[in-house]
Amino acid sequence: MSPMTRRKLIAGGVVAAAGVSGLGAADRIARRYGLIPPDHGGLYGPGETLTYAAQRLLTRHTLAREFPRSMISKTPFANETAPPGDAFKRSLTLAFTDWRLTVDGLVEHPLSLSLSDLRSLPTHNQITEVVCEEGWSYVAEWIGTPLTSVLNLARPLPQVRYIAYFSIQPDWWESIDMADALHPQTFLTLGMNDGDLPVGFGGPLRLRLPRQLGYKSLKYVTRLTATDTMKPFGKGLGSSEPENGYAWYAGI
Amino acid sequence: MPAPAGPHRPEPLRHSALVRVTHWLTFAAFVALLVTGGEIVISHPRFYWGETGNDLTRPLFSLHIPASRDMVPTGYGYTLPDQNGWSRYLHFEAAWVLVFTALVYGIWGLVTGHFRRNLLPEAGTRTPRAYGERIAKYLRRAPADAGEARSYNVLQRTAYLGVIFILFPLIIATGLALSPSFNSVFPALVDGLGGRQSARTLHFFVTLLLVLFLVVHVAMVALGGFRSRMRAMIAGRSSARSRAAAAATASVPAASSAVLSEERP
Repeated sequence: MSPMTRRKLIAGGVVAAAGVSGLGAADRIARRYGLIPPDHGGLYGPGETLTYAAQRLLTRHTLAREFPRSMISKTPFANETAPPGDAFKRSLTLAFTDWRLTVDGLVEHPLSLSLSDLRSLPTHNQITEVVCEEGWSYVAEWIGTPLTSVLNLARPLPQVRYIAYFSIQPDWWESIDMADALHPQTFLTLGMNDGDLPVGFGGPLRLRLPRQLGYKSLKYVTRLTATDTMKPFGKGLGSSEPENGYAWYAGI
Repeated sequence: MPAPAGPHRPEPLRHSALVRVTHWLTFAAFVALLVTGGEIVISHPRFYWGETGNDLTRPLFSLHIPASRDMVPTGYGYTLPDQNGWSRYLHFEAAWVLVFTALVYGIWGLVTGHFRRNLLPEAGTRTPRAYGERIAKYLRRAPADAGEARSYNVLQRTAYLGVIFILFPLIIATGLALSPSFNSVFPALVDGLGGRQSARTLHFFVTLLLVLFLVVHVAMVALGGFRSRMRAMIAGRSSARSRAAAAATASVPAASSAVLSEERP
C-alpha cells in the first residue's frame, strides 16, 4: 500500500466517523426540537424527515398568502369524498343541530361543543387558497374560529405535541404538530364565501390549515384529541393518509 | 475517441471523481423526479395560468392522456391506477438528493474554477460567428477538432452552463413555489412566477427542456462513441488500456479539479 492511499484511507475514515457522529448529534437535536415526523421510517423516511425539519425551522410562525376579495374563485371545486355514512346522514336530516365537537386527551378541560357553541367563539375570516396534491387549486373566503380559541378553553397539558382530529366518516383522521395547531390561520371552519360551509367543502365543520395541502384539511370534524405521541393511533404514522401511502406532513 | 495512450504519455483523466459522482447522482435523482413527476401529472393532466385553476376552470392546455383520478374530465372512459402516494414521497426525496448534489458540485465548481475553465466559452469564442461556425460544423457532420477531444466546444459549454445555471435553478425554484408552506416564507417567489398555477405550468415546461437536453446529450454521446464516453464518465478515462497508466498517476498528488483543462495541448 503506498503512503498516498494509506493517507487517503485514514482521511476517509476520519470523514466517515465525523459523518456518523454528526448524524447522531443531528438525530438528538432533531428529536429534542420536534423535527421528526411520525412517518419517518422506511425508504422515504430520510427525505420526509428532511422536508419536515427544514419546514419546521423555516416556517414555525409564517403566514400563508392571503388574497384580495377580487381573487375569490368563481368556480371553487369540491373534491370528491367517500359517500356519507349513516352518522352523517342522520345529522344532515337534523340540519346538524346535533353536531358535537368533542375535545379530549391530554387536556385540563375536556369539552363537547355544538356548532352554535363554536359560533359564539371569536370568529375570524381569511381569503386563502386550497391546494390539492393533484395540482388544482382555488381561492375562497373561510370563516370560522381559530383552533387556538378552542384549545384555550380545553387547556392542553404541557407535554402535548400533536392535536389529532377525526372525521365523522370512518377511518378518516389527521393530526398536526403544535406549530400548526397554534397557528393563527388554522381554523375550525364553519362558513365559506359569506354562507354556511357547504357539505361538499366539508360542512358543517372542517379543520382548515392553508399552509398544507388540501388533504390535511379534514372534512366533517367531530373530535379533537391532544396527545404527546401519535404511536397509539392507527398504525402510528400520524394520520390515515400515510396508511394510504401519502405523507403525514403536507406542507411539502 | 481513440486517445493515444502510449506508455510514456498516459491518457489524462477526462472527468474528475467529483464530476463523475455528481453526474450519476444527478442522473439518478433526475430519473426518479421525472418518473414520479409524470405520475403526479397524470392525476391532473391539465395546466393553467395565474393563481388558481381546477376541473371547473378552462385550462391553458391539457395533455390528451387518461388520468389517475376519476373526477378529471379527460375524454377517456377509464381511470389509470393512482400512484401519487409513493410518487410524492420519492419525488421530494429525490429533490433533496438533487439539491445536495447541486450544492456540492456548485461550490466545488466555483472554488476550483471548473466552471470558468471548462464550461465558460473561451475568450474569442463568445461571438455569434463562433456559434454559427460550430453549428455549421455539426450540420456538415465534420469530425471534431483535435482540441475537442479533451475540451468542450462553445456549443457544449453553452448547453452545459444553461442546464447548470438556468434550467436546474429554475426547476428547483418552480418546484419550491408549489409548496404552500415554503410560499408562506418567500411569497415573492410564487408571486413573481405569476401565481401558483403559472409556477406549476412553468415547472412542467422546464421539465420538457431538461428532457430535451437529456435526449440531445445522450444522442451526442452515442454519436461521439457511446462506450468510450460512458467509460470516461464512469472510470474517468476513455480507453480501457489506460487503467494501468491511471494507477501509475494516482499516486501523483494532482488536484483532481484541474482535470479537463491542464492537459490541453
